[in-house]
Amino acid sequence: MSVTEPAADHLLDVRGLSVAFTRKGRRDVRAVDGVSFTVDAGQTMGLVGESGSGKSVTSLAVMGLLPKRGVRVGGEVHFDGDDLLTLPPERMRDIRGRDIAMVFQDPMSSLNPVVPIGIQVTEVLHRHQDLRGDAARTAATESLARVGIPDPTRRLKEYPHQLSGGMRQRALIAMALACRPRLLIADEPTTALDVTIQAQILELLKELVRDSGAALVMITHDLGVIAGLCDTVHVMYGGRVVESAGRRELFAEPRHPYTGGLLASVPRLDAPRGAPLHPIPGSPTDLLPWSEGCAFAPRCPNRVEPCTESPPALESAGGRELRCYNPLVAAEEVPA
Amino acid sequence: MSLAQVEATTEAAKVGEEGGSLRRDAWRRLRRDPVALVGFGIIALFVLVAIFAPWIAPYDPADRPGAGIVTPTNIPGPSAEFWFGLDELGRDEFSRVVFGARTSLLVGVVALLLGMAGGLLLGILAGAFGGKVDTVIMRVVDVMLSIPGLLMAIAIAALLGRSLLSVMIAIAVINIPIFARLLRGQMLAQRGSDYVLAATSLGVRRRSIVLGHVLPNSMSPVIVQATLTLATAIIEAAGLSFLGLGSPDPRVPEWGLMLANTQRYLASAPHLAFFPGVAIVIAALGFTLLGERLREALDPKYRR
Amino acid sequence: MLRFVVRRLLQLGPILLGLSLLLFVWLRALPGGPAAALLGERATPEAVARIEELYGLDQPWYVQYWKFLVNAVRLDFGNSSKTNRPVVEEMLRTFPATIELGTAALIFAIGIGVPLGYFAARRYGRWLDNLSVSGSLLGVAVPVFFLAYILKYVFAVRLGWLPTGGRQDPRMDAEHPTGFYVLDGIITANPAASLDAIVHLILPAIALGAIPLAIIVRITRASVLDVVHEDYVRTAEAKGLYERTITRRHVLRNALLPVVTVIGLTAGLLFSGAILTETVFAWDGVGRFVYEAIGNRDYAVLQGFILMIAILYVLVNLAVDVSYGLIDPRVRVQ
Repeated sequence: MSVTEPAADHLLDVRGLSVAFTRKGRRDVRAVDGVSFTVDAGQTMGLVGESGSGKSVTSLAVMGLLPKRGVRVGGEVHFDGDDLLTLPPERMRDIRGRDIAMVFQDPMSSLNPVVPIGIQVTEVLHRHQDLRGDAARTAATESLARVGIPDPTRRLKEYPHQLSGGMRQRALIAMALACRPRLLIADEPTTALDVTIQAQILELLKELVRDSGAALVMITHDLGVIAGLCDTVHVMYGGRVVESAGRRELFAEPRHPYTGGLLASVPRLDAPRGAPLHPIPGSPTDLLPWSEGCAFAPRCPNRVEPCTESPPALESAGGRELRCYNPLVAAEEVPA
Repeated sequence: MSLAQVEATTEAAKVGEEGGSLRRDAWRRLRRDPVALVGFGIIALFVLVAIFAPWIAPYDPADRPGAGIVTPTNIPGPSAEFWFGLDELGRDEFSRVVFGARTSLLVGVVALLLGMAGGLLLGILAGAFGGKVDTVIMRVVDVMLSIPGLLMAIAIAALLGRSLLSVMIAIAVINIPIFARLLRGQMLAQRGSDYVLAATSLGVRRRSIVLGHVLPNSMSPVIVQATLTLATAIIEAAGLSFLGLGSPDPRVPEWGLMLANTQRYLASAPHLAFFPGVAIVIAALGFTLLGERLREALDPKYRR
Repeated sequence: MLRFVVRRLLQLGPILLGLSLLLFVWLRALPGGPAAALLGERATPEAVARIEELYGLDQPWYVQYWKFLVNAVRLDFGNSSKTNRPVVEEMLRTFPATIELGTAALIFAIGIGVPLGYFAARRYGRWLDNLSVSGSLLGVAVPVFFLAYILKYVFAVRLGWLPTGGRQDPRMDAEHPTGFYVLDGIITANPAASLDAIVHLILPAIALGAIPLAIIVRITRASVLDVVHEDYVRTAEAKGLYERTITRRHVLRNALLPVVTVIGLTAGLLFSGAILTETVFAWDGVGRFVYEAIGNRDYAVLQGFILMIAILYVLVNLAVDVSYGLIDPRVRVQ
């Protein structure tokens, strides 16, 4: 499964996306710094990183949900023949909810507390498919049933606080998929849920995406989520993509030290008792600006001289991409 | 002492520190805030004028330097000799306004202190003891709040007779429920917090917890409310005097009373209403500006 | 829903009881004793004795209190010591005037305050926002009676655009079946009278409503600012909804909740402010009547009026609570 195919026609083609937050009298904060990736129909893509890596901001930029003031967006986001970043707001409003939809992290705060669930679903149907009255209600009931909410007809009249956390997230997914969008972006959809519910929701997403043929972009910090769900993975750090690979290759042979660190830091059931855990040293705030070198350098066990002198470029090799001067070497790999 | 208890106490100490750093932070920001500085400046001016009134005012407020000039149809406005003009009895308006600052400040401060004392006491009792004590006190507070402020003040003044003291007490009583509710709310919020739990589990006596920890941490909103209450106290005092509930002595200048007397002369001598009125507005504005800025500075929600 | 209302009504009981007790104690604590207080200047020994018998003042306090409660429920507060008419009659005359004024002031405050607060929040940091914030700070610093003076002086005395006082031009010779002058003009097919009543309402309503306006602007603005940053607004945007849908269903429906509560609180301000405004504009309402009663030591009037006003205030707050329950579904399910 290739990650970059310049000639093919992708569903979503992000090229050199950059997002900078500007504040009067302060330096710009580059949350996203030249990120590129593509997503094809039916594909599940994972965007992995810690808080502050820029993964959420990337998704908001694609959706056009960033604030207008104090934000500077650059690059291109091609979808369906248009560059979303240059579209007028009305066109973007048409695309949101209908062609591209998004599911957010906290289902309680993402739902309007004073409006019944039914209306929060039918309003999407009304907006994009012009459904009203009974037709809308029937479609809404179907949507809720499809995401596994029991007794959906009764739920239409209920309010968010009357549902459990898992059901709320299902309702949000129903709202996102109501108009059968071609691309679904899920930003940490399970982080705020109980572990047992997490698995259910992920299964649900996998099934729905498979059934509808839509593409899924899953944003998360949890490698476990990626492992069960995504075909391709992009690892982000400090606003840039540092490694991209297919799922199997990434987990079997991580090349970037950060990816390696992430994998190693996951506690293992088969580790001997009392064995120490392996966190990545330092903290996400120990960043070197990309202009000066590799952002991960302060925390990197593989650090070498060039890492603190100039930023490594993104290089493609064998269907993978890597931004590193001194990648991890697999045990069996023969030095070139 | 178990590990958990040691950790709990260090957490508790940190909270105290955090409270301190919040205040230092706020202080630093306030010093540079133009609105807060303007407010503070006005307050300073107000206090200075009140204290040094005898030196600032050219005449005694009861004197009538213009007795010969003034007639019912001719009440002179501002002039070089009488900056704010004369009133209907020939008294110097400027002197009266200046001395009025004294009355306003006195009434405002005393009313505030009395109200705060009563309110804080009730609030502490309700918050510290909880249970039945809390219920009873809060019912009393509810009853007090069910009567609109001015009405309550009128009722009290009718009870106590017309004097500055009854005005002070009336305003104090109006404000007692506000402080009671405020402090009780603070205490309830703190009671559930971890450091109180930690201290209690260490065996610290309830009184020490309340006096030594909870109370200091509750002070910020009280300071804010006190500043804002001073503003409303000045206005309420003026309102009560306007209605004739203050000191019946016509020689004691009070801004509200001065405004009441000018009803008849509104068309012919508007300056009689203008200057005391503006004085009230400026004084109240000073405390309001500072109070609002204090609230923003001390409210952790606003921290950026 | 009904259970909610009933529960709130029951909570009212102790408060009203406490109130009546307070009033009872107050009347008996007044200088000169309650009989003398009720009679005012006409306190001859025989009149005092008669009052004492009538009100059972020679009986134990709980009997007196009971009689007081019974009388209060029958709306028998005695007669005004000044006009010698039943207090209830005076209430029927003056309450509509003040309610009309209060309603006008509230319409003014909400009608301008909510939109202004909303647009100030949406244009955060720009001139409208700064103006609104400054205005509302100033608004609470200006005493009602001073503002009343200023309005009266500028618009009535100097410019002559509006009347200086009163509820209606006496030359109109209009009839007033309900006591609500604007309504009366419509009922008696006299639209000119209604219009005239409205014209007379303008200045006092602005003076009375200025402080509630300032408060409503602030609360609305703060509330909208909070809500606009909530996650569910972001969800609504992600659904591609039209901006007016988002504003109406997601922003306003949530932002206006605290505003409703605040309106209940401003009712108290309206009562207090009415006293001051009515004296300046010679408005024949509760406020002015109470003011004159203070001067006349008309304690019968004060007792009855204060109780009635407090009860009304409590009922208004109840109405606000109930309507809050209607709007916010989270409150209902308890």
